Amino acid sequence: MRSRGWFAGLLVAALAAALCFLTLPVLAIFVDTAPRDLVSSLGDEGTLEALGLSLKCTVVAVALIVVVGTPAAYGLATRSFRGRAALITLVELPLVLPPAVAGIGLLAALGPRGVLGGLVEDAGLQLVLSTAGVIVALTFVAAPFYLRQAQASFEALDRTWLDASRTLGASEARTFLRIAIPSAGPGLAAGLALAWGRALGEFGATLMFAGSFRGITQTAPLAIYERFSTDFTGALALSAVLVAVSAALLLSVKLLSGSAWLGGAAR
Amino acid sequence: MRRAAALVAAALLAGGCGGEDASGGSGGKPRLVVSAAASLKQAFTAYGRSFPSADARFSFAGSDELAAQIERGVRPDVFAAANTKLPEELFEAGLVGRPTVFAGNRLVLAVPADGGEVRSLRDLRSPGTALAIGARAVPVGAYTRTVLERLPQAERAAILANVRSEEPDVAGIVGKLSQGAVDAGFVYVSDVRGAGGRLKAIELPAALQPDVAYGAAVVKGARHPAQARAFIEGLLSGDGRRALAAAGFEPPPPR
Repeated sequence: MRSRGWFAGLLVAALAAALCFLTLPVLAIFVDTAPRDLVSSLGDEGTLEALGLSLKCTVVAVALIVVVGTPAAYGLATRSFRGRAALITLVELPLVLPPAVAGIGLLAALGPRGVLGGLVEDAGLQLVLSTAGVIVALTFVAAPFYLRQAQASFEALDRTWLDASRTLGASEARTFLRIAIPSAGPGLAAGLALAWGRALGEFGATLMFAGSFRGITQTAPLAIYERFSTDFTGALALSAVLVAVSAALLLSVKLLSGSAWLGGAAR
Repeated sequence: MRRAAALVAAALLAGGCGGEDASGGSGGKPRLVVSAAASLKQAFTAYGRSFPSADARFSFAGSDELAAQIERGVRPDVFAAANTKLPEELFEAGLVGRPTVFAGNRLVLAVPADGGEVRSLRDLRSPGTALAIGARAVPVGAYTRTVLERLPQAERAAILANVRSEEPDVAGIVGKLSQGAVDAGFVYVSDVRGAGGRLKAIELPAALQPDVAYGAAVVKGARHPAQARAFIEGLLSGDGRRALAAAGFEPPPPR
């Protein structure tokens, strides 16, 4: 009993320390400035421009990720082949890459002097320092979040449903569209929200690959960094918006994946 | 018992956070923390190696970001900026000691060394030319705007229309240039020298050249004020002065 009391105390202390450490910076964003100042600096044209650009770029990136990532994840989940584990690891690698490494990698691959730079140019595409480049950077860093979640959701499906659909004469494409996607829907949506959250917060790869220019490549995180030195209140206001949006995305992940987010017991 | 465990855990955490003691440098030398403009990177890194009385550690970034950190309570020992305005402002706010002007520099137009479209300031006006400059708040961006403001309005507008990125510090401009993402950028002559042959400098006409002066100050509340002062003095004569000259900096402009 004595030792159990001691350990329980340690758990409570560790949990309290973790909670304080992790929530304090987020709360401070809202405490440091009067709500009125936060709202008024949101009316600033540049702030709205940055938020609008972030919205536009993340929506396009997430759409690309879902359109290509869903069949890719289905393939990974339903096929077994040599090197599958290695392939999955490669696809997931950007998940743990430092953003600066992602930025350098994108430049080395798709930059004007990159491996495929000539091809990109011949195709008439302008990626570096352009909005398209922001979308490329966001897609690169966020895609693994969706792929991973989508693959897990497809793997969790009851194979007998898919087999039944095939036995009843549906093609595999039809089975994928009509059975697999709807059944895995909540998991896919959770993956989408995770990828969206990551794309929304992207900073390093965007700055290195796409640069920073108002209305073209300066997304909300880049605008926060620019404002840090001249307009701390404006930086806080933008941060507050990103906290709210990110929290909403996280909440939707929790709700979609069916876990109770408040007062739930461990399962 | 529980309370005791919580106290132990709290003490462990506190120990973990404050584990770095005041003289945590190597070989018993105190650790001197220097916040310096990104353009000073090579000169200060070289100077830091030979600085005798402390183990100098550097934080390089845009001078404006470093000043904003000091305003928010970050306390390095030395603050060295690519202008005199930021240290003066911090001095007036009581956050740093009286600034010392320790170096000058020249703004130039940098282009890739292997040629390219841009051969003169005039070429910056051609449509399709891509240009990277510093953001408004960082000194290199402010100097660049001073240069552009000395040009006729139409010329200035044509050049600004070609700006493709406003970088947070000179390192970003040099990076965009050496990756071929832009055709030209306004940086300091010392950055071109530091780029090791990858970049070529196009001098600006004397009438356009802004006065680029670097200021440094001991931060109020510095842990090692004596070493901080020695570090700044060394920039005016001695190893620091030599490292700055080797990196392409000029002597401080006469005031």
